[in-house]
Amino acid sequence: MAGRHVLAIDQGTTSTRCIVFDRTARFVSVAQVEHRQFHPRPGWVEHDPAEIWANVGRVVPEALRRAGLSLDDVAALGIANQRETVVAWHRRTGAPLDRAVVWQDVRTADRVERLAADGLADRVRERCGLPLAPYFAGPRMSWLLDAHPGARAAAARGELLLGTMESWLVWNLTGGPSGGRHLTDVTNASRTMLVDLETLDWDDELLAALDVPRAALPEIRPTMDRHGTAVAVAPGVPITAALGDQQAALFGQTCFAPGEAKCTFGTGAFLLLTTGERPAASTHGLITTPAYQLAGRPPVYALEGSIAVAGALVQWFRDNLGLIRSAPEIETLARTVEDNGGCYVVPAFAGLFAPHWRSDARGVVVGLTGYITKGHLARAVLEATAWQTREVVDAMLADSGLALAELKVDGGMTADHLLMQTVADVLGVPVARPMVAETVSLGAAYAAGLAAGLWPDPEVLRRHWHRAGEWLPARSREWREEGYADWQRAVERSLGWVREGRPR
Amino acid sequence: MARPVQSIERAAAVLELLSTAPAEMGVTELAESLGLAKSTTHGIVRTLCEVGLVEQDPGTGRYRVGRGLAELGGAPVDVHQLRSLAANWLDGLAVRAAESVRLAVPEAGRVVVVHHVFRPDDSRQVLEVGTERPAHACALGKVLLANGGQLASDFTPFTRRTVTDARRLATELTAVRHRGWAVEVEERVTGEAGVARPVRGRGGRVVAAAGVTGTPERLLGRDGAPHPWLLEQLADAVRAVSAELARI
Repeated sequence: MAGRHVLAIDQGTTSTRCIVFDRTARFVSVAQVEHRQFHPRPGWVEHDPAEIWANVGRVVPEALRRAGLSLDDVAALGIANQRETVVAWHRRTGAPLDRAVVWQDVRTADRVERLAADGLADRVRERCGLPLAPYFAGPRMSWLLDAHPGARAAAARGELLLGTMESWLVWNLTGGPSGGRHLTDVTNASRTMLVDLETLDWDDELLAALDVPRAALPEIRPTMDRHGTAVAVAPGVPITAALGDQQAALFGQTCFAPGEAKCTFGTGAFLLLTTGERPAASTHGLITTPAYQLAGRPPVYALEGSIAVAGALVQWFRDNLGLIRSAPEIETLARTVEDNGGCYVVPAFAGLFAPHWRSDARGVVVGLTGYITKGHLARAVLEATAWQTREVVDAMLADSGLALAELKVDGGMTADHLLMQTVADVLGVPVARPMVAETVSLGAAYAAGLAAGLWPDPEVLRRHWHRAGEWLPARSREWREEGYADWQRAVERSLGWVREGRPR
Repeated sequence: MARPVQSIERAAAVLELLSTAPAEMGVTELAESLGLAKSTTHGIVRTLCEVGLVEQDPGTGRYRVGRGLAELGGAPVDVHQLRSLAANWLDGLAVRAAESVRLAVPEAGRVVVVHHVFRPDDSRQVLEVGTERPAHACALGKVLLANGGQLASDFTPFTRRTVTDARRLATELTAVRHRGWAVEVEERVTGEAGVARPVRGRGGRVVAAAGVTGTPERLLGRDGAPHPWLLEQLADAVRAVSAELARI
């Protein structure tokens, strides 16, 4: 093998990036292009698949140019992608049927309610490891087939193809209408609500319930596999990995073994805990999901819990209250006081998610007295993210029976040391930040390089993961448990605020 | 929106520098500290004298802020925003230099570490964010002192090599301003060396210092000076952070 570098394509919600890594997994160069967001109706979010494919064609050569490298220097290509976003396209022409329906889009809410009324929730939970929610890809596929006359029949004949974003990119990279390969990986397929978590194959009952023809769906492959050789954009380069972005971040943080977990703190927060070769069922409303699979090996599973409002609460504090000029200044304001002064903020802006799942909850600020200043509020805002992290971690440990020794973190909010220290304090375990902040791209590169034989086994990758910073728990168990009890009482006060028929 | 006028940005930087400097400053000092040509700086200072924002000492010919500035106030860069903007670049520096990296700001007369990236070797290290450093005995402090930072320096000797003489330090600070970097060799901790460069805010005013710490054998050449490659990597990193600051 001539090439010693790996290309990682991170096809995200707002942009498409290509990062070049060298064989010691060091960042070499990056190119990034944003794409348009379409909001044709309230609650609808769409992307243009042709624009995204064109952007891939721009960022890959640009990243190589910036690195001073050619395709001969590249050993493999890996793709990490925004999950649950659906594309439908014509096999013969490669033209998209419609715009991509994005993961944030809630147009399938009615459809999902009907499925719930049909009593499908338990089956979806048992078979797919997912709560029945408009968040997942399958109902979007069904919506696209309903919205276009003749589409379902074309899909049944295999003339119309369905897939998540990585399927669309792999098909185009491997030739498109002239022999493009129609594939998906286990991490992406499992987010459709159409896949049996045990067999990792399409489930006929669920396909029938959602009325999605099997002929239109991609072949499900391990995450790390020979997905094909690129003929477009990066001709000759083997595509050896595809996986969802959060699983990629878990892999990039080298959380390969049971009990290893990462949390990405951004606008929302995504926590994943690797649980092992058997899927761990959740009784706390978490998602059971494949973490990764190496070809020829059993899949490794994870539990996933997300926090809807994390950095978004800081943005709200900045934009709606105007108490700070930039998001990082929340730490400056919070440090003007010693503690939260007894004040808690529960940011249930759109109800409470895992592990509560209460759509009738709305945000509350509790513990207000004449003593409370904006500094206390700033503390309470940061602590809200920490306590929500604790809730999800507790649920994960209860579901899996595992213990957590350390939490690996990434995302923009890791620059907030007060928040990271608070997370360590409320969890009672060390919190570590890696040297390479681009964990999604790094995970795609790790996976692609492993599958291509650039690295012999995952353990080698652990040696490339370096700690850039670490926060150790500094508070007593009493402080932790008293604070948590107060947080839980604050959460109780947010419940039941929304009354029937009055949506706000 | 109209583009910012460069000469006004520079004039603002001159004012900010003079307002925080412990003593009056000459044109050469100002020019070096702001990274500007001497002629450019002279033009700006003369104009500011005309409008009363700056005064010239008739005896020494050096400059200080004028009475016109009394009503004007300015907020410094928020340190947490600074950290947020700097983090990625300083992580990259730590990886390339294979050493630990720190960012420090002057705060109430003290040098305070506001960001710290571990040396990427997974040895046991403790975050030093929030800790103080002696201004006269470390490269970070010297960069800040040399660029108008009002910092207490009590000349406490930490090692045999700590600079404890005010005149010797002043000579070194002139050199720091002139060449754009500072070095410490076992002046604070035996067996430790450090190199630092200024991080500039809008207009060129020094708002922080970024530096690499390691053993003298790894950071310095045979001549005792920092390795040129290290100075270059440090220069690239602080230039990138300064560019981020110019955008806010």
